[in-house]
Amino acid sequence: MSAGGGAERITLEHGSGGALSRALTEELIYPLFRSPEYPELSDASELRMEGRSFLTTDTYVVDPPEFPGGDIGTLAVYGTCNDLAVCGARPRYLTLGLVLEEGLCLELLRRVLASVREAAAAADVRVITGDTKVVPAGKGGGVYINTAGLGRAITDVPLSARRIRPGDCVLVSAPVGSHGLAVLAAREGLPVAGALRSDCALLYPLCSSLCGLGEELRFMRDATRGGVAAVLNETVGGGRHGMAVRERDVPIDRTVAAAADLLGLNPLEVANEGVLVAVTSPEAAAQALALLREHPLGTRAAAVGTITEANPGKVVLETVVGGRRILDLPRGLLLPRIC
Amino acid sequence: MCLAIPMQIKSLESDGTATVVRDDLEARVDVSLIESPQLGAYVIVHAGYAIEVLDLEEAQLRLEMFRTMAESQAPGAE
Amino acid sequence: MKNPLEAPLHQAFADRDLARALLKDIHALAGRLGRPLRIMEVCGTHTVAIRRAGIPSLLPDNLILISGPGCPVCVTPTGYVDNALALLQRPRLVVASFGDMLKVPGSNGDSLARHLGGGRVRVLYSPAELPRLAAELGEPLVFLAIGFETTIPTIAAALLKAEEQARENLFLYTAFKTVPAALAALLAGRERSLDAFLLPGHVSVIIGEEPYRLLEGPGGVPGVIAGFEPLDILDGILAALRQVTAGERRVENRYSRAVRPGGNPKARSVIAEVLEPCDALWRGLGTIPDSGMRLRERFRHRDAALRFDFPEVTNAEPPGCSCALVLQGLAAPADCPLFGDTCTPERPVGPCMVSSEGSCAASYRYGDRAP
Repeated sequence: MSAGGGAERITLEHGSGGALSRALTEELIYPLFRSPEYPELSDASELRMEGRSFLTTDTYVVDPPEFPGGDIGTLAVYGTCNDLAVCGARPRYLTLGLVLEEGLCLELLRRVLASVREAAAAADVRVITGDTKVVPAGKGGGVYINTAGLGRAITDVPLSARRIRPGDCVLVSAPVGSHGLAVLAAREGLPVAGALRSDCALLYPLCSSLCGLGEELRFMRDATRGGVAAVLNETVGGGRHGMAVRERDVPIDRTVAAAADLLGLNPLEVANEGVLVAVTSPEAAAQALALLREHPLGTRAAAVGTITEANPGKVVLETVVGGRRILDLPRGLLLPRIC
Repeated sequence: MCLAIPMQIKSLESDGTATVVRDDLEARVDVSLIESPQLGAYVIVHAGYAIEVLDLEEAQLRLEMFRTMAESQAPGAE
Repeated sequence: MKNPLEAPLHQAFADRDLARALLKDIHALAGRLGRPLRIMEVCGTHTVAIRRAGIPSLLPDNLILISGPGCPVCVTPTGYVDNALALLQRPRLVVASFGDMLKVPGSNGDSLARHLGGGRVRVLYSPAELPRLAAELGEPLVFLAIGFETTIPTIAAALLKAEEQARENLFLYTAFKTVPAALAALLAGRERSLDAFLLPGHVSVIIGEEPYRLLEGPGGVPGVIAGFEPLDILDGILAALRQVTAGERRVENRYSRAVRPGGNPKARSVIAEVLEPCDALWRGLGTIPDSGMRLRERFRHRDAALRFDFPEVTNAEPPGCSCALVLQGLAAPADCPLFGDTCTPERPVGPCMVSSEGSCAASYRYGDRAP
């Protein structure tokens, strides 16, 4: 196949707008995303959407670009769809912006694009426009992806952290810490075999399920960088309420816990790509858990905490052994410790 | 300065390393700092090295000690 | 060999009911003693373990745990980081380090972390990777060899392997520290009373009980070797209180599942083959005789400081920084005028805030008492 003009690697010429650029987009990218509605993926694509819409954008940088459980392509689709889903929107359309490093292996690019297509199909979203640029070698981890996502509102409830009240329940949909640890182990070549996998997944089914709770659902967020700790802090960051969390109720996979202990990391602070944090009224919590647990992605959903009047702006953790301490925002890079 | 966790030796290699496991997490560690590493032994792993063999009996004894203390504190047990 | 314990070890030693039982006795003893009690834990890993478990919130009000200087990152002078950064000026040289050191700022605010991603700075989880990495790289590989006795034998072992494989391009920039000499300095220098030490469990795995005997002499205090799970820590505290109540002054090993009285002789012989004691400069504490280790004569050609002609490292504290006092337990983090305003984990001024296991960082992030 002459995609990219027969070359094995991306060169600066692929980004120049000339023949090689054209070959790249027409032979490698367009075939994956054409559809009857969008036979040509042009510079701008027209669309019509009924009702209220949400627009989001996100840029994905991950080293290594491929890791157990997914790749940057899967992340780019699910991550952006999840940003829409937690706002109560059904993801419909995506843009695909690629920044490729000179020297990037074309085979890798093919695999990543195939992942984008597969994930888009699974999420039932259309990639309808995009852009490709090439940067000189040494400026990136091979490939960066930016996606903008457009979704249609599926609820009239304005999901927001401002709606939380003392007594509300904090739920976590799945075991935490998988993604960050899997990527760290892959990137640093840590001597831990096989068992760690990213949890990269589409959260829309869980979100739309919870939207059925109406006003009883206050707020949702996907826990990504900074882990669950970041989201919990963000939830009470407005400073009007606090949160009490029970460490022993937070779901975690034993293998992930072992890896975290070995590397001196706290699973609560490690990135996820398939974990939903939701806040509901106390009356709706049991039903919310039941709804989550109906889905394969939510079988280990758990109630982990409560919104409080005390300690506004802070997350207070009741530890496994019964002590209490602040669960702070994670700070700095995720690096293994020996101390 | 001493982050280390117990893991169990699953297999021994000829080059002075071993595969250790805890909760299905496997790691490859250097066992040259301990005498006669045994299959199935629990070792303390620090920075990719096994630094000591864990004495499970001692662990058991200590937990027993704690349990006895807890029981002796129960109301009416004095 | 099956684990005869009913639950995995880490779970068993975090049992809430057993913790309650230990705390009951701790409260009873502290209550009877009545006065303020100060126990110093001399290990950054203890500092973090204690706070992650929320132990300060469970202790009696009159019992305070103070963090000591057992944080290898905290006690490494800024000049060391400056020298490591200067290495990056040289073409074709790679600096490898444990993750712990990466974020430490040098005197001009630069850190090794900022140079990640270019291939010149590598993060290592284990010194075991060094011989292989040296083989892969043609150029000189300098490893930032910091740590206490738990880590020292692992680096020594890696060096021996590199020797065996004739990897001439591996160098160590050593800043090893040893615990017993630091304890002596802490005992000598204290103006405030210290009732006991909680001794580092994994350092003790290597060195055993003997090196702590100085604590049993005049001017000494009880020293309890403790593990790192919540029950280990509580048990260690309780044992210390029992000794204080009885007026005793003993080295007591409460981490018997891991620490043998004689430590790990094989690990110590590996250390002795490669290294010898020397004086060491501790950030905050100054030079403590015989508190460090350096490469023996026959390995001196691998000493990075000699090979790359580093300027001597001195102690220079930023103005206003109270780390020197905090590291000795003579001031609390909150006592420092810079704490929390000028000095935060994002913009650390001194070493106690830089390392995630430094007293100030721990205090800032986890809070001190019950929130």
